[in-house]
Amino acid sequence: MQETFTAQTQNAAPLSEAEAGTSLWRDAWHRLKKNKMAVASAVILAALSLASVLAPWIAPYSYEEQNLALRAVPPQSGHWLGTDALGRDQLTRLLYGGRVSLMVGIVATGVALLIGVTYGATSGFFGGKVDMAMMRIVDIIYALPFTIFVILLMVFFGRDIRLLFVAIGAVEWLTMARIVRGQVQSLKKQEFIEAARALGLRRRRIIFLHMIPNVLGPIIVYATLTVPAVMLLEAFLSFLGLGVQPPMSSWGLMIKDGADRMEECPWLLIAPGVTLAVTLFCLNFLGDGLRDALDVRASKD
Amino acid sequence: MLRFIAKRFLETIPVLFVIVTLTFFMVRLAPGGPFTTEKSIPPEIQKKLEAYYGLNKPLYHQYLDYIGNLLKGDLGPSFKYATWSVNELIWSAFPVSLELGCYALAIALILGLGAGVIASLRQNSAADHMSMSLAMIGICVPTFVMGPLLILVFGLGLGWVNASGWDSARDRILPALTLGFVYAAYIARLTRGGMLEILNQDFIRTAHAKGAPPIRIIFKHALKGGLLPVVAFLGPAIADIITGSFVVETIFQIPGLGRFFVTAAFNRDYTMVLGTVLFYAVLIIACNLAVDIVQVWLNPKLRFE
Amino acid sequence: MQPRRRRNSSWRGRICLFFGVPLLVCSLTGCGKHETRVEAGDREQILYEGNGGEPQELDPYVVTGVSEQRILMTLLEGLLSQDPVDLHPVPGVAERWDISPDGKTYTFYLRKTARWSNGDPVTAHDFLESYKRILTPSLASEYSYMLFPVKNAEAYNQGKIADFNQVGFKVLDDYTFQFTLENPTPYLLSVINYHSAWMPVHLPTIREYGDPYLRGSKWTRAGRFVGNGPFVLAKWQVNDVIVVKKSPTYWDRDRVRLNEIHFLPIESDETEEHAFRAGQLHVTETLPLTKIDFYRKDYPNLLHIDPYLGTYFYRFNVTKPPMNDKRVRRALALTIDRESLVKNVLRGGQLPAFCLTPPGTAGYTCRTQLHEDIAEAKRLLGEAGYPDGKNFPTIELLYNTLEGHRIIAESIQQMWKKNLGIDVRLVNQEWKVYLDSQRTLNYQICRASWIGDYVDPNTFLDMFVTGGGNNETGWSSPGYDRLIAEAARTADPQQRLEVFQRAEAILLDELPIIPIYFYTHVYARRTEVKGWYPTILDYHPYQYVYLEPTANQSH
Repeated sequence: MQETFTAQTQNAAPLSEAEAGTSLWRDAWHRLKKNKMAVASAVILAALSLASVLAPWIAPYSYEEQNLALRAVPPQSGHWLGTDALGRDQLTRLLYGGRVSLMVGIVATGVALLIGVTYGATSGFFGGKVDMAMMRIVDIIYALPFTIFVILLMVFFGRDIRLLFVAIGAVEWLTMARIVRGQVQSLKKQEFIEAARALGLRRRRIIFLHMIPNVLGPIIVYATLTVPAVMLLEAFLSFLGLGVQPPMSSWGLMIKDGADRMEECPWLLIAPGVTLAVTLFCLNFLGDGLRDALDVRASKD
Repeated sequence: MLRFIAKRFLETIPVLFVIVTLTFFMVRLAPGGPFTTEKSIPPEIQKKLEAYYGLNKPLYHQYLDYIGNLLKGDLGPSFKYATWSVNELIWSAFPVSLELGCYALAIALILGLGAGVIASLRQNSAADHMSMSLAMIGICVPTFVMGPLLILVFGLGLGWVNASGWDSARDRILPALTLGFVYAAYIARLTRGGMLEILNQDFIRTAHAKGAPPIRIIFKHALKGGLLPVVAFLGPAIADIITGSFVVETIFQIPGLGRFFVTAAFNRDYTMVLGTVLFYAVLIIACNLAVDIVQVWLNPKLRFE
Repeated sequence: MQPRRRRNSSWRGRICLFFGVPLLVCSLTGCGKHETRVEAGDREQILYEGNGGEPQELDPYVVTGVSEQRILMTLLEGLLSQDPVDLHPVPGVAERWDISPDGKTYTFYLRKTARWSNGDPVTAHDFLESYKRILTPSLASEYSYMLFPVKNAEAYNQGKIADFNQVGFKVLDDYTFQFTLENPTPYLLSVINYHSAWMPVHLPTIREYGDPYLRGSKWTRAGRFVGNGPFVLAKWQVNDVIVVKKSPTYWDRDRVRLNEIHFLPIESDETEEHAFRAGQLHVTETLPLTKIDFYRKDYPNLLHIDPYLGTYFYRFNVTKPPMNDKRVRRALALTIDRESLVKNVLRGGQLPAFCLTPPGTAGYTCRTQLHEDIAEAKRLLGEAGYPDGKNFPTIELLYNTLEGHRIIAESIQQMWKKNLGIDVRLVNQEWKVYLDSQRTLNYQICRASWIGDYVDPNTFLDMFVTGGGNNETGWSSPGYDRLIAEAARTADPQQRLEVFQRAEAILLDELPIIPIYFYTHVYARRTEVKGWYPTILDYHPYQYVYLEPTANQSH
């Protein structure tokens, strides 16, 4: 694949010296930079993450400080995003909540990606009995009752927040694996893979260096879809007792609380909801940008 | 083709067996049982109850009893809803979830495929961004927010529909929208991604260069490959949609199967958990089989597998 | 790929379709204002009531919950019935009764007009057979203990005696029934008049569908259920609705004005509230915490806050340090600002609880009361070895996942931290895990509540006898046990209440629990529902309820 690409660029602009020593990744990066939406998204995401990390220093109040007499008030001076039923400042809780949600989102999705992609690619590539066995295992895990699984996790391993990632990862990698497997199966029959095999390249090398980069498109798309699912799943798991414990909160939990009070205190839903939406839109555009940048056949240069 | 299906059928038996066994032991390990209640039951009564349901026998014995009944098609009595058997409960709840699921699926497919294809054709245009933004709303706005929102606007605000229930034809609208919209979003995103992969390939350019009309290019050449990721996603998604969603059924008070999946676990209703898991497993396997067949049809190269 | 410039109306068309289809559907199915279900119900005397969770069973000897009891009260009637205003015992199947001077023998004279829904007369033999059924050990009825005041009932239920004739029930003739009690039990009549354990069942019907002394007889389905109450079971669709219709054979049917009642098993209180506002329900079971103020402001005549016989409290696991020290427990109990909790957090008209038994329960109000006192609490904590909270280990406060429990726990966590300087970690568990943890004493402090089974202090106080199934704190006091047993034997009502005073004083001194607030029943009810009175157990005999729309309704 590298060879073809270099040949293309050489033919396209034979006189430009910038071509010398370029690679797939450098060109992708170059393309990504030109995609304004993607860049803007990356900047916003970085800002949100930074704000959450710096929460203890920049937050106006403590996240647990209650003001029972004040109760829930709409945004006003002193409380820019309003307060919740116990009089706690929402802006502060949003910042702290971001730490949990962003971390859960990224780590859990990362875990799901890692497992799902490897598993799916291997299964799709090998085909035959291996594929059958692997996909049946996916079916089995998919059918098992998730609620019980989480309860058992807590019973046997305690309430570590790391278990949260295990629980979420255990569920989210399954569909990813299936999608990747489908893609790999269709890719398997393409000529360049046959060529690679004919050349005697080791199977692991083929899978990781040739197949996976070519299925990055759907992977990225599904990963950006997984992050929000993961953040909301965290709220469900908190219901079971796994995840953040009060008074700490997360965006998912804040949205759930806000949904309960949608009519009386809409600000409780709007702030975390919009934040989550913005995060996801940014991930979406960034993901699309990545996908476009990495797509060798995109003729948009 | 038939051999393929028959082979899959045979593979299904051990898979179901493993699922039943794992689930059986998993639920028993969870703390609390079906008769753990807030007002404690006198111990002698508890013993009698357990004896009646066979819970005092050794675990492997109970397991064998269960498998024995299972082979006869008897999923046992529900531990929580004492007067009904699991068969009866699933049989009465599934048609409701199926109906809702079909409407939701129709909405999801029409909206999702439509938006996805349009967006891929007009990559990076306003149409693309708009439809993808709409799709993202389906993902960012969880069902427990969208449902009550729709109820507030259309049910309580405008009064066009009931706030909940499953009686009249109109009652189907809001829950189908709530459930369908989320899946529409996923389908739209995956379709767009899949289509873009295909549309940028050389053979599409060739077809264009040869002067083929765009519609033909889409339907005859692009869709087959472009839909691959969506189809892979749809397998479990269809099984999920038709077995109902706990959240949607709770918000709209729909007597479907989705609620049982969650409440059975919370009630430690052992037989119900097993019954629903088994039912779902059969559906998943059937849907995945269908998906595999469709994938082969979409990508002829796989046929000689 | 293609130049974006080429206009194509297909995407616009899709958007039109997206909005157009529902509009089309709406207009086809006739949108706009139409008669709501409750309005139709008002006309036809059909009551729509939210009933919480789906009933587990409708066999009165197998059920355990409020949702089931409510429905059973429409289908069955015991020897006594309830007055709608204050639930005091009024004639039911029995038209009169007498009690012997020593308080141990009750004789009931049954009316000859009482009938089962299939036309059979209700006789004393029916009651004898029914009580035999509930006490039969093989049935494993969870509420059989309700009958234990009767002589030898407990022994029979535990299999210690095999001959039912030795149990204190006797049929004197077809229409005269007598019980003999172990001890004079002053509150007995107020239990018999409503609890499902005391209702009769139609044995021939049960026999038709299975063994009457084992569970699993499917006799409670609609179309099979035979009862003697004001209504009969017309329809039972799981998770959907239970419909009961006016009984043509009920002896007092002329008093019954409702034609039907539809009980809707709506689990989610938000969904129930939406249904109420949309005109689909006449009465709700509860109201979400977040909506109480909303109703107070906008629909005050629909909001109802009735006193309810229940206490919300925290349990201590007294077997492990630091909770094994009385002073620590007291310090924690004295630092809670109950007024603020009730006023600012709960907002449902609840009352702060400074003792366990709700005041005025059958004429009993506990004289010993806790007094919040932060200075005293600090002193006690210091005395126990933790001045200003130093060296105090982080303790865990357990609660089951529910919004209400969480915000109370969060508030109390803060109160303890601010005033005593101690760290409390909040732990929520899913329902069954929480129950299991409580039962196995696998907690340090946990949230709990108790709704009285009958209107008498005993239902609250006998929880904490040594080894009691509902004790769940590990606390044991022989002095307390003695007093509770003495109260059971005391015939004179006033003396008996005095014994309870002494017992509760011990409880509030040792504090294995922290009483927090007394429940209220907060719910919504439309103005056309009449014959419905606030009662402390939230039971509203439906033979007195009717619908009468007033001239101008708020909906």
